[in-house]
Amino acid sequence: MAGAAGPGSGPGSAGRDADDSLYPIAVLIDELRNEDVQLRLNSIKKLSTIALALGVERTRMELLPFLTDTIYDEDEVLLALAEQLGDFTGLVGGPDFAHCLLPPLESLATVEETVVRDKAVESLRQISQEHTPVALEAHFVPLVKRLASGDWFTSRTSACGLFSVCYPRASNVVKAEIRQHFRSLCSDDTPMVRRAAASKLGEFAKVLELDSVKIEIVPLFINLASDEQDSVRLLAVEACVSIAQLLSQDDLEVLVMPTLRHAAEDKSWRVRYMVADKFSELQKAVGPKITLNDLIPAFQNLLKDCEAEVRAAAVHKVKELCENLPIEGRETIIMNRILPYIKELVSDTNQHVKIALASVIMGLCTILGKENTIEHLLPLFLAQLKDECPEVRLNIISNLDCVNEVIGIRQLSQSLLPAIVELAEDAKWRVRLAIIEYMPLLAGQLGMEFFDEKLNSLCMAWLVDHVYAIREAATNNLMKLVQKFGTEWAQTTIVPKVLVMANDPNYLHRMTTLFCINALSEACGQEITAKQMLPIVLKMAGDQVANVRFNVAKSLQKIGPLLDTDALQGKVKPVLQKLGQDEDMDVKYFAQEAISVVAQRLRKLDFPVKDSEEHRAPGPDKNHFLRPGMLGEDTGKFLSLMSRQHKETERLAWLLRGQ
Amino acid sequence: MAVKPALPKDYHAEKRVLNGILPKTQVADATSNEQQELFCQKLQQCCVLFDFMDSVSDLKSKEIKRATLNELVEYVSTNRGVIVESAYSDIVKMISANIFRILPPSDNPDFDPEEDEPTLEASWPHIQLVYDFFLRFLESPDFQPSIAKRYIDQKFVQQLLELFDSEDPRERDFLKTVLHRIYGKFLGLRAFIRKQINNIFLRFIYETEHFNGVAELLEILGSIINGFALPLKAEHKQFLMKVLIPMHTAKGLALFHAQLAYCVVQFLEKDTTLTEPVIRGLLKFWPKTCSQKEVMFLGEIEEILDVIEPTQFKKIEEPLFKQISKCVSSSHFQVAERALYFWNNEYILSLIEENIDKILPIMFASLYKISKEHWNQTIVALVYNVLKTLMEMNGKLFDDLTSSYKAERQREKKKELEREELWKKLEELKLKKALEKQNSAYNMHSLLSSTSAE
Repeated sequence: MAGAAGPGSGPGSAGRDADDSLYPIAVLIDELRNEDVQLRLNSIKKLSTIALALGVERTRMELLPFLTDTIYDEDEVLLALAEQLGDFTGLVGGPDFAHCLLPPLESLATVEETVVRDKAVESLRQISQEHTPVALEAHFVPLVKRLASGDWFTSRTSACGLFSVCYPRASNVVKAEIRQHFRSLCSDDTPMVRRAAASKLGEFAKVLELDSVKIEIVPLFINLASDEQDSVRLLAVEACVSIAQLLSQDDLEVLVMPTLRHAAEDKSWRVRYMVADKFSELQKAVGPKITLNDLIPAFQNLLKDCEAEVRAAAVHKVKELCENLPIEGRETIIMNRILPYIKELVSDTNQHVKIALASVIMGLCTILGKENTIEHLLPLFLAQLKDECPEVRLNIISNLDCVNEVIGIRQLSQSLLPAIVELAEDAKWRVRLAIIEYMPLLAGQLGMEFFDEKLNSLCMAWLVDHVYAIREAATNNLMKLVQKFGTEWAQTTIVPKVLVMANDPNYLHRMTTLFCINALSEACGQEITAKQMLPIVLKMAGDQVANVRFNVAKSLQKIGPLLDTDALQGKVKPVLQKLGQDEDMDVKYFAQEAISVVAQRLRKLDFPVKDSEEHRAPGPDKNHFLRPGMLGEDTGKFLSLMSRQHKETERLAWLLRGQ
Repeated sequence: MAVKPALPKDYHAEKRVLNGILPKTQVADATSNEQQELFCQKLQQCCVLFDFMDSVSDLKSKEIKRATLNELVEYVSTNRGVIVESAYSDIVKMISANIFRILPPSDNPDFDPEEDEPTLEASWPHIQLVYDFFLRFLESPDFQPSIAKRYIDQKFVQQLLELFDSEDPRERDFLKTVLHRIYGKFLGLRAFIRKQINNIFLRFIYETEHFNGVAELLEILGSIINGFALPLKAEHKQFLMKVLIPMHTAKGLALFHAQLAYCVVQFLEKDTTLTEPVIRGLLKFWPKTCSQKEVMFLGEIEEILDVIEPTQFKKIEEPLFKQISKCVSSSHFQVAERALYFWNNEYILSLIEENIDKILPIMFASLYKISKEHWNQTIVALVYNVLKTLMEMNGKLFDDLTSSYKAERQREKKKELEREELWKKLEELKLKKALEKQNSAYNMHSLLSSTSAE
């Protein structure tokens, strides 16, 4: 074991390089006192290096006391320290000495800054697992108790996160003490501590004996759930999920449900929001029977809550709620008890609620089946497709595949079209961008004919949008469409229109032609590229705008692999050479880059034998040099190579296992 | 869930009757017995709430309530002897019913108090009058805290404090005055109020980073601190060090920095021995990337230096001037400029002069450097002036530093190299150890695998 080997090898190696081993601690001390925070931070981050150099014994005897005593620093440095110490067990000599790490972490767990404290608690939790049961009671539990009865709220807050890790392995007497401490923190004077306790209540309940849960945790839960501060009450809702999972149906009904019902009607919207937000978890935790009796009515109330935030949170859970209902009778419950509320929400006054609804409503199709979808849901979809808020329409369109599976998209196409057209011309470019993303999907579902008739012109219009991101997305969209509909379609509908733009007076549009060619050439294949696209590209080399010219060079480089020797040698090369002499620096640069790529391609075409040896992509392949062939031959070298590349922590973990 | 309670059915009828029989002027004119009963009736009437999100509903009733509230305000402020013991319960009930509510979620979740317009409270036409009434009640010469404390208790104050998160600045302004009056009149609630403000601030700093009423609460605290008795209690010092100082880290510092700095300075004026921990605290939280905040910190430091005692100054001059020297050489000219303005302050100048032997060596290198290379001409000009002033304070030291400047720089560079060298050695040492262990592990491993292969 690591623990046994550690101490043995420690002093030995320290003795061998005695002069070397003198300075690490000096370096550290010096560096930790540096005025520059960055340097202090760096040295703390290399703490494991120092510890390793010192050996386990001196780390325990010198380094840790030094850290415990002298650290008063910026939070950022403390954070790094707290994190490092979590992985330090091996460096102090293994589990037998893990408790040496407690003092510095204890003081880190009491600092003001939450981030540092949380990290210290995380490390303490990690280290607690490495303690033997005896060491746990001798060192760890006393620390938890000290923190739990600290003067300032920070230490008590930190203590809350440590109960659950030491409880399972403690003796019965100690267990009772731990419960007692937790209890008192749940009714602490400071709301920060009560919040911390409430947020750990569920976690703690899970490690307790069932009787203790019933006798002790439930009353705590009820108290926290009726705290004067809503920030505490809402955390109790979270704990409710864990506690409910532990209790039988009968106990649940008596012990938890009254409180949960109350929470669903709390006067603070934050608490109601939390109930809505955790609804699926609650539903699973309490089981189907209570769901039907209690949760559904509560859900109905949340769906018509007076605060839009709560309604929106509830709406988000509609689909999951319906999915998780028992299959038997599910349809009736949804139709009678959920759908009426959803119908009202379609015309909610708040757009966030409508947006949320539009993002989940389509999910109901598969649950309710074809007939219900056509009769009840379709009218809602249609209404939402006409909603004034573009995000609502967009959410409907983006989930069309759900409908498609159940009833086919044709049912919607009449209403779909105006909605799409309107979104396509929306004033916000992000909305336009979003609708473009769905074009390939729509094209697939609506079919080529419908697409050509109604949507093709939109796709072309986006190419001349005044926002670059839209033009770029439109180009990619064309490529995906060609992949879907084939080259023939491309040749008749897309390519001619794209190529016409090469004569556009606006140079941005002329560039779009080039970008389209870049995107389409591969999908369109050799013939279209060589016969139709290449001439246009070559012609554009004489453009008066330099940006167009260097993009010609880039395009030629891009479509080069699709051309044969004649075209490359006779047409492309001369043009590139001319561009290589251009007065503009950038044009020259890109032309020369293209020339070298084309030249390489030409060489390959001349000596086709080589082609099979080389990889398809030209240029050196860096991965070649690190092939795993070396693994067996020169392990020592390989390992040191590896370790230099790995992150510090990984390497240490590896080393420790090596011990 | 009826958050906004519906009107009782017979409400309109009742109101009409009350108003019809007892018009405004009669309340004051009626005999004292009748007056009292009427007063309470009207208070009860005003407990009914209306939905102001719906601007067309109950227009008539809303108007009646407004008129009634106006009447109540006038009644308590122009008459003496009307706040009798039996009225307190109804008064506090009416106030609570109207102002205590769960604040709605913000319309704009990314609300930036510096940029965006706040959402104003819809029911302001009524709430304003209720606050007005509350203030008149508290300020009335007839008001008796000993009776009121039965109703205005910890729970009441707790709810009042939560309202400080209101987005409506008009409401926060009223709350500020109200809380100040309560703090002044209810001695038994003082410690509780301070503790709750403490909790609100801690939650603001470490949990939510959001609370609209921080500036208002600090303003109240400013005057509370002013009244602290000496010597300061440990509780108050803890509040300064563990709450007010960490508060400087908040993202929205600009919104309440003036009030915060005022509180800090108040503390220092009370007890000068706090100067050192305060300045060290500020240095610990000194902004790293936010130049605007850095300017605010410099402003606060100047305010502190304005009241600092020379003996205290000696204790912190070294770390402080190291920071100032960094600020002076900031490439953000506003930061550099703000720091250089310290040299326009007569008192600070006299402190520097007294301690020139300590301060000049700290400041010299950065001043010397920027005088040569700062991009902003204003800064360069300011630095020249500062250098001149310092030179006049101790010409000999100045000359020494000038001549040793180059050697000093080289020494620093050498130190830098040494550090790199040390780390490299350490890294090698570790690798060596790692390799030793790997090799032994590898030998072990190959030994095992070869035996198993056989």
